[in-house]
Amino acid sequence: MRTLLLTLLACCFAAPAAAAPAYASGGKLRLTRGVTTVEGTSGGGLATWALIAGDETRDGLGATANATVVRTGDFQLHTYGAAVGAWNRVELSYQRQAFDTLDAGAALGLGEGFTFGQDIYGAKLRLAGDAVYDQDRWLPQLAVGVQHKRADKGAIIRAVGGVRDSDTDVYVSATKLYLAQSLLLSGAVRFTRANQFGLLGYGGDKGDDHTTQFEGSVGWLATRHLLVGAEVRTKPDRLGFAREQAAWDAYAAWSITRRLTLTAAYVDLGDIATFRDQRGLYLSLQAGF
Amino acid sequence: MRPALFALGLVLLAFPALAAEDPVAPYAISNANAGATPLDAGAFAAFGGREGVARIVDRFVTRNRTDPRTADIFKGSDPERLVRVLNEHFCYVLGGGCSYTGRDMKAAHTDMGVQQRDMGAVVENLQDAMDAEGVPFTAQNRFLAKLAPMRRVIVQR
Repeated sequence: MRTLLLTLLACCFAAPAAAAPAYASGGKLRLTRGVTTVEGTSGGGLATWALIAGDETRDGLGATANATVVRTGDFQLHTYGAAVGAWNRVELSYQRQAFDTLDAGAALGLGEGFTFGQDIYGAKLRLAGDAVYDQDRWLPQLAVGVQHKRADKGAIIRAVGGVRDSDTDVYVSATKLYLAQSLLLSGAVRFTRANQFGLLGYGGDKGDDHTTQFEGSVGWLATRHLLVGAEVRTKPDRLGFAREQAAWDAYAAWSITRRLTLTAAYVDLGDIATFRDQRGLYLSLQAGF
Repeated sequence: MRPALFALGLVLLAFPALAAEDPVAPYAISNANAGATPLDAGAFAAFGGREGVARIVDRFVTRNRTDPRTADIFKGSDPERLVRVLNEHFCYVLGGGCSYTGRDMKAAHTDMGVQQRDMGAVVENLQDAMDAEGVPFTAQNRFLAKLAPMRRVIVQR
């Protein structure tokens, strides 16, 4: 974790030197690279968007690094990772999630502080449109993406009814900034069978086929540096032992500097592993160039 | 020769500003060259009317000429003409009722070598100029919504 934080800070100060002419960096307006979701793709906090990571335009490369902590009533999620964007067209990302059951772990028979982990490898392709500059067209920015996820507590996952411990989500997303209204809108359709984002495996005793889920964000650009809004994300409910609901949040994303964005949110993840109403605070720091 | 000189003198008398500006190749003058339809007059008022727009254009041009990200693009342009056509353009698009007598967006930016990231830098300089004038953020965004689609023809590389 300390190494990651140092990497984040180094990115902030080293990035100007890294902007070599051959790989033209920069060009996006503030906040228009998005922040980073808990799964490591550029988007909001819960919902993935059609934006491509980094500040680059079609002429260059960009990247982001992120660290996020979510604390609900009974659980804690740490997640961190990095993404690169090429020519505002392709995004590749890696994200690591660690879901700590804290005291609840003991109640669940797992042991106090038992942690579920997951690695998420993402790839996203912008198909068409520009969320910011196509103000005279109805077409939003459109992207398709995949997230290959590998959860690490396979034995526990199978014990609670999960079918497998690795799988791939596929999604289609559309994002547009309506400048005349200072309004950001984004929606995505995701084909998934992940339980609790994949931390409790994929598929379950209640069903194993991929389901169609929705995630979306609205945001109001209050100032050049501040985007406030809300998100919702529906999820499959496949494990008989513990029901799962949609998650939602209300957020504020603050572009502290050109490189650093801080996002704070109130998040409601619904019931998790029989523990009801997991709500709490989401805090995320993203460095990008 | 003398009738031509006489005609030229008449033209210079009629349009004194042209006497100080570098000449450009002839083109058809039309408000359509502005590349956008006008906003309502309330937008012009939010920008401070003619005086506000004039101050914004001055700051905008100064920033672009001194900002290392954009200075190269602007060094070849005639500053007097640039200030005049920008004032007309902004006034027209903001619903101020001016006529735009400049070139269309594509012709005006040919051979400037503008890249997409240059446009981002120029937009930021415009945002700074509007901020300095105290234009409300929502009014700024309504104006930027009119300008943003022009990137398609301005960025020719």
